[in-house]
Amino acid sequence: MAGMLTVSLWRGGTEGRYVDYDVPMRETQTVLDIVTWVQRNCDATLSYRFACRVGMCGSCAMTVNGRPRWTCRTHVSKVVSRGRLTIGPLENLPVIKDLAADMRPFFEKWQQAKGRFAPSKTRSDPIERIAPDSAARVAADAAIECINCGVCYSACDTVRWNGDYLGPAALNRAWTLLNDVRDAGNVERLAAVATDGGCHACHSHQSCQEHCPLALNPTASIAGLKRRTAQAYLRGEIKP
Amino acid sequence: MTLLAHRTRPLWIAALVHRLSGLALAVFLPFHFLALGLAISGEAQLESFLRWSEQPLVKMSEAVLLGVLAIHMLGGLRLLALENLAWREGQARLALLAVVAAMAVAFAFLASVF
Ligand code: HEM
Ligand code: SF4
Ligand code: SF4
Ligand code: FES
Repeated sequence: MAGMLTVSLWRGGTEGRYVDYDVPMRETQTVLDIVTWVQRNCDATLSYRFACRVGMCGSCAMTVNGRPRWTCRTHVSKVVSRGRLTIGPLENLPVIKDLAADMRPFFEKWQQAKGRFAPSKTRSDPIERIAPDSAARVAADAAIECINCGVCYSACDTVRWNGDYLGPAALNRAWTLLNDVRDAGNVERLAAVATDGGCHACHSHQSCQEHCPLALNPTASIAGLKRRTAQAYLRGEIKP
Repeated sequence: MTLLAHRTRPLWIAALVHRLSGLALAVFLPFHFLALGLAISGEAQLESFLRWSEQPLVKMSEAVLLGVLAIHMLGGLRLLALENLAWREGQARLALLAVVAAMAVAFAFLASVF
């Protein structure tokens, strides 16, 4: 216990304002704990989202002192600045209310990027054996642990400036499937990620990589898509 | 609203520098062609243009322009390598290296004309 913390929380929808709350400081406490404390002790109408509290589900991301973070795994002591915390909803998404951003555009873009597995076999076929050290599997493994938290999407200025841009997470997902030898949808997938808002809109800032709580590297995945779409185009497999 | 923290990161600033240098080049390219045009359209005009370009201020701006071209080219090559070759860590350091190299080029030019 060491005194109080001043916490500013976004209240309202797109139109709203930051409201200050005084929250007791604990020795170990996450940003999500702070938000929960305010909801239990100050204002029960505060809206926010979480589920697992252990960095698995990806539902608790918010903007903390200007930076998108997974709040359940972010210790207050690491991010507090001069006794203050400012917590808002994720950037680059519509605000539903308070700290809850509307994730629908984010997930719709996963669909647009053909982020769904397209099976090449039926249940009566034998299970395909995949060598863990094959190049394709290594590439897929490096990008597979995404928890769909939207942190990268919120940190990407290309998303901010180009509403059609599919964004780092959806493209990273497309890259994992492209490297899944069991998948049968790759021509459509390459065509989908080569369109206007696709991988070629990425400027390789690496903001997505720097902020991803799982330390994934969407920039590298997108660079892979840039190469593979270019090759597919040169071979005539996809049209401009 | 607090400053969005990703806009203070080195690689974000590298992207900003790349865009601004690209725009600066696009603005100054016509003047460059104008100079070339003068050079081929007559000796007298070229003479007076060259005398004009002897001025220190003009030399300074040429050095700046050369530095801008170098930073844009090196930064652009960094991006092309990042996107087309195997992934390489330490991009922020490479971007810094590009800035230092570009400044070295600009200063070397200054030293050679003064
Ligand atoms: C010297 C060799 C050059 C190289 C290697 C180069 C490389 C690049 C690359 C890779 C990009 C894309 C960056 C991104 O994805 O964000 C780019 C953008 C750009 N370049 Fe160049 N470039 C060169 C010369 C020039 C020149 C001479 C001009 C001026 C006419 C210029 C103007 C621009 C502009 C305006 C952009 C857009 C910047 C942006 O969207 O952020 N470049 N360049
Ligand atoms: S590297 Fe691409 S996806 Fe990542 S932040 Fe930059 S533009 Fe967005
Ligand atoms: S790539 Fe990283 S930051 Fe982006 S949604 Fe997945 S886990 Fe979150
Ligand atoms: S609550 Fe599940 S990741 Fe934070």
